[in-house]
Amino acid sequence: MRVKLKIGENEKKFINRVNELTGDNVYRCYQCGRCSASCPMAQEMDLLPNQIIRKVQMGQEEDIIGSKTLTLCASCFACQGRCPKGIDIAAVCEAIRHLLEPKGKDFWGPDDVQPELAKELPQQVLVAVYKKFAK
Amino acid sequence: MKDDGKKKRIGVFVCHCGVNIAGVVDVEKVAELLKDYPGVEFSTDYVYMCSEPGQQLVLDKIKEDKLDSVIIAACSPTLHEKTFQSAAELAGLNPHQVEIANIREQDSWVHPDRDKATVKAVKIVKSMVEKAIQNEDLEPIKVGVFKKALVIGGGVTGLQAAMDIADQGYEVIVVEKEPSVGGKMIQLSETFPTLDCSQCILTPKMVEVTRHPKIKLMTYSEVESISGFVGNFKVRIKKKPRFVDEDKCKLCNECADVCPQIVPDEYNMGLSFRKAIYMPFPQAVPGTYTLDMESCLGTLPIRCGKCKDVCDAQAIDYDMKEEIIEEEVGAVVVATGYDLYDMKALGEYGGENYEDVLNGLEFERILSASGPTGGKVQRPSDGKVPKNVVFIQCAGSRDPENHNSYCSKICCMYTAKHAMLYKHRVHDGNAIVFYIDVRTGGKNFDEFYQRATDDESILYLRGKVSKIFKEGNKMIVWGVDTLTGQKVEVEADMVVLAMAMTKADGVPELMKKLKISIDGNGWLAEAHPKLRPVESLNQGFYLAGAALGPKDIPEAVAQASAAAAKVGALFAKDELMHAPTIVPVIEELCSGCGICVSMCPYGARTLNAVRKVIEVNEVLCEGCGACAAACPAGAAQQLNQSDSQIFSMVKAILRG
Repeated sequence: MRVKLKIGENEKKFINRVNELTGDNVYRCYQCGRCSASCPMAQEMDLLPNQIIRKVQMGQEEDIIGSKTLTLCASCFACQGRCPKGIDIAAVCEAIRHLLEPKGKDFWGPDDVQPELAKELPQQVLVAVYKKFAK
Repeated sequence: MKDDGKKKRIGVFVCHCGVNIAGVVDVEKVAELLKDYPGVEFSTDYVYMCSEPGQQLVLDKIKEDKLDSVIIAACSPTLHEKTFQSAAELAGLNPHQVEIANIREQDSWVHPDRDKATVKAVKIVKSMVEKAIQNEDLEPIKVGVFKKALVIGGGVTGLQAAMDIADQGYEVIVVEKEPSVGGKMIQLSETFPTLDCSQCILTPKMVEVTRHPKIKLMTYSEVESISGFVGNFKVRIKKKPRFVDEDKCKLCNECADVCPQIVPDEYNMGLSFRKAIYMPFPQAVPGTYTLDMESCLGTLPIRCGKCKDVCDAQAIDYDMKEEIIEEEVGAVVVATGYDLYDMKALGEYGGENYEDVLNGLEFERILSASGPTGGKVQRPSDGKVPKNVVFIQCAGSRDPENHNSYCSKICCMYTAKHAMLYKHRVHDGNAIVFYIDVRTGGKNFDEFYQRATDDESILYLRGKVSKIFKEGNKMIVWGVDTLTGQKVEVEADMVVLAMAMTKADGVPELMKKLKISIDGNGWLAEAHPKLRPVESLNQGFYLAGAALGPKDIPEAVAQASAAAAKVGALFAKDELMHAPTIVPVIEELCSGCGICVSMCPYGARTLNAVRKVIEVNEVLCEGCGACAAACPAGAAQQLNQSDSQIFSMVKAILRG
């Protein structure tokens, strides 16, 4: 399928908001892919970290909404630590999650956690995750 | 054959070249076996013959044993023949008595078997001994030098070369086919990576060239033919009639005001119009109008003739004729530049049919303050400010199957510049660049590209565009972003194609006249791609700039200065030494059949129709031997490489 690439008012609003929240400019990314190569969760992701950035560059908010990548990002900062342009990719994911919240795109609540897993995990982790991905 | 009854005293020196030769060939055995070969007086081996002590060994032995010829069994003669010739000369031996037996490239490097390689080495050395037995002392041929240079092309490369030669104190003639010098650079808006205004940095050079007492500028002229040889060329230059006297023209523009003929303006890439009588651009050098007779309505009063009527300075002369000017020069610098690959060749991008699909130079004119829009970004079709502009890199480059296999080198940088300058002028516009690689090697180049993406938010998409078509007043661009795997469609207001650089119009024909070889793409071929990058194999011709292949301004300027330095080195001598290993004619054997004349690639042989023999221009002869091989009578015998020598060499090899 051919995607119509449009960078109009809405797209620019989205891109600018991500830039504002991260204090950076996503167009600085030249798509070398080192973030994706570094990411410990990349093999589980449907969009690689560099592709998330690319989709922001292209203003394709809709494609990002449904992506598992946002919930899989553990904010370990391996990406940012190795990015040759020093872009904080984890912060970009965080910013997108923040922007998607009002749109009812929440990801994870207590019901989504298997009881056995909930028993094993430290409470702090669960609270942090619920907070991060709260409904 | 040399037959004066005097036996030669030959020295054989076998080099180990570390393990390069000795690792395979038994060098000691080679030296030992040669000791008793007829003609050999002395034979030895040494670890590095090219080293200082190695050369000293040769030198000492020549004196000690009164050797009159030496064989160095070592690497290819292209590497150290000169080294040993000069060592021999120091010992008082004629350098043409030195022979190199190549037992490295032609033996040890290509054979694994020690015994067989050693046998081959012995054969090679013996064959060179046979050759040396008949070698004669030869003296270099001396020729005078005409210390004046011709520069073909008046772009930035040609101008720089002319200035640098003239500043060394030599006279220069610059020949430019267009009415003004300046070349492609004068059409550019700003130059990467500094964003200097192109005109601002080039026009002072143009003016300097006209004022330089040693430089003669010939615009609207073309080189018709060049004959002769290094140091002594005769050039015929065709001066096209301008129909305007350069000295009388006062640049009042009244002629152009009354001229009724309107034609596309070449300087603005056809994006605006000029009159048939015109000045290419305000800073043109020489500052004069030119009447383009092909576009002129007619000079007879009944047809038009208006321009002449209004010219108070009486500068217009309809009777001006084409002139042929003859000049003598010693060296030629070829700086014929490049052209852009024709957009017609890329039918799928529609550059030929859609006004809003432009090539890089057209967009330069739109960005330029002296361009058709005064530097305001407006699209050609309706003058609207384009809000979405797509830039396409590698248009016609890196496409061996359909277009050009090479990378045009400057497009990544100028596309980044284009997108940046566009955003400087249209703040709310979107610039999208389709690329397949971004190649920004060069001082401050990648930083410039990153400035474009970082500061101007230019979207770079990785993928080649498949097609462009028009829908309403939009250009629809079909492409892909291979990094996200999406086929994309962009509605653009304007598209800029970074068209490939290609050989300049008419260059292959001109190079045929100059006997300068060109490669498969039409670029001029340098004598050596690394070590002789600004020389032609044809002596006395120096090459510079984009005519050799895609390059940017700093590189072209550096080559111009390099070529000028080479010309200076040539002119610093009062006499040139030409290798004496030429092919003279044995007149008693020559029947004047002329076969050798057609074989000679240097034009060194001519038939004397009266005497019915071939005459040889010693300076033109490069000693390639084509004539010697072709002559049915054996009348063409190369000095120190005669048929008799070759037969002896073959016999030595067959005997073992």
